[in-house]
Amino acid sequence: MMHWIILPVVLPAMLAPIIAFVMRHDITLARTASVAGTVVLVGIALVLTGMAADGTTHVYRLGDWPAPFGIVLVLDRLSALMVLLTSVLALMVLLHAIATGWDARGRHFHALFQFQLMGISGAFLTGDVFNLFVFFEVLLIASYGLMIHSGGKARMRAGLQYVVMNLAGSTLFLFALGTLYATTGTLNIADLALRIPQIPAEEAALVRVAAILLMIVFAVKAALFPVQFWLPATYANAPAPVAALFAIMTKVGAYAILRVHTTAFGPGSPGTADLAATWLFPAAIVTIAVGAIGVLGARRLMPLIAFSVVGSMGTLLVAVAVFSTTATSAALYYMVHSTFAAACLFLIADLVVTRREADSLTPAPATVQNGLFAALFFGAAIAMAGMPPLSGFLGKLLVLDALRDPGVIGWAWTAILAGSLLTIVGFARAGSALFWKSTALPAPDGAAPATRATPMEIAPTLAMLLTLGALAVFAGPVSAYLQDTTTQLFDRAGYISAVLGTGEEG
Amino acid sequence: MEILVASTVAVLTAGGVYLLLRLRTFPIILGLALLSYAVNVFLFASGRLAIDQSPILSKYGDASYSDPLPQALVLTAIVISFGMTAVLVMIGLGAYLESETDRIDIEDEDTREEGQP
Repeated sequence: MMHWIILPVVLPAMLAPIIAFVMRHDITLARTASVAGTVVLVGIALVLTGMAADGTTHVYRLGDWPAPFGIVLVLDRLSALMVLLTSVLALMVLLHAIATGWDARGRHFHALFQFQLMGISGAFLTGDVFNLFVFFEVLLIASYGLMIHSGGKARMRAGLQYVVMNLAGSTLFLFALGTLYATTGTLNIADLALRIPQIPAEEAALVRVAAILLMIVFAVKAALFPVQFWLPATYANAPAPVAALFAIMTKVGAYAILRVHTTAFGPGSPGTADLAATWLFPAAIVTIAVGAIGVLGARRLMPLIAFSVVGSMGTLLVAVAVFSTTATSAALYYMVHSTFAAACLFLIADLVVTRREADSLTPAPATVQNGLFAALFFGAAIAMAGMPPLSGFLGKLLVLDALRDPGVIGWAWTAILAGSLLTIVGFARAGSALFWKSTALPAPDGAAPATRATPMEIAPTLAMLLTLGALAVFAGPVSAYLQDTTTQLFDRAGYISAVLGTGEEG
Repeated sequence: MEILVASTVAVLTAGGVYLLLRLRTFPIILGLALLSYAVNVFLFASGRLAIDQSPILSKYGDASYSDPLPQALVLTAIVISFGMTAVLVMIGLGAYLESETDRIDIEDEDTREEGQP
């Protein structure tokens, strides 16, 4: 039935209050419900992906109001892919959080986790810019709670900074929406796509203002230079499973840039045509540099990974900024890859840091299972840095291959290749300090025997590494699928007629 | 009226941005509140300014009504910003009680090594 489309929003929205009010004193019950809900969410996402696979754009009209007046949810291949990515990542992160006991270190972890999933899924599915704002707020307010989960001085301060940053971003979002509504009289993405090209050229300045404001807002979410500064402090101080889940939140920003700037401000729009090339592309290049230098200069493990996330967002947005079909499908492949690679690194960092006194990158006596952690870290690090044989290499290769235009090849290739080199050096330095030099130090006398990682704690990390491997092995089918996804994304006329047309049943 | 509304938005925004840059919790909360007032007034104005008109159609066939959609948008924005301000107050209070300083910026990583899990 067509009601499948709203299930990724409704299911966590129903589950979260039940967990918060009924199961708050029984962690086992809450864990069961949360895992069950996330497993069902993966199932729903699979059904949605199946529905979208034939290339039709499904529209769900809430209250059965026709599209420009009512709120619509739109399911196409891109949103189905993003919801699937979210649910699979969430399941692995949730299993890690439960296995390591992170969820019991504060209250309401599972309820906030489900609310976060609701916000992310909704942001991917919505077909209305104001609704996008609302779902952004839902996912943000859940992320504030998750960010300061289990407390601590540094975490509270970083969390406060994160909240203030995002509230300022939300205000900017509303200003952008007000400008957009004043110029076009609509906030539905399909309707915007229809009306923006009709705006006379002398009034295009206001549309341009709105487009730039929107791009800044999404850049804040996507950690694009110059508004990337909140990310390292936030991710480095967040609980590790939360940081791993946040790996999808930067992608929400990238998704929003893709969706709004391909569909609503598509080619030929007055005033906004050169926006990506003028602003997004240079900012993405600088973002790669910031990320790579940050990786090289980080003194602790968590900021190191956080900076590598910044660098990967730069690579992703360089590909997005070109707005060609090949570059966008390369960007999507890299997006799937970098989500899992970043999450995997955060989970490994959690396993390592909990067995060391601090997460500073200095040699300390080797912990138990040093070799195992070293191997996991090595695998995830080569994925993140873009070395063969994992999918990071193929992702970067696809991005490089797509950026062959004379105007962009110099900057893009230099930034991506030099950034990868610096990232490799940074990760090699971190890995050798953490795992290699540690083996030379004698174990301190009378130290408490460290706890060994149980198979349940390692399984999510291993599953993510296997996903990265599978992504590399099945790169052909995956990129063929993403090619179709991109073709559908750039088919503005199809999107508009599917959303606004009366042909489809609600 | 346009001048009045425009300067109201401008003054509120300027005050909000100024307070936001003070880097202390309480001015920032006030600054974000001012910014949200500014954006609410701005959203109202995005549906054109109109006086003495019914918010929605008073009777069918009467074309003189103001745009109802911005009012719905403003209502949502007010609710969200109110909730967010409450969250911010609580987190700010928590951060102040934990660290005994109300500064927003985080000190250099070198100065705090211990006490961090």
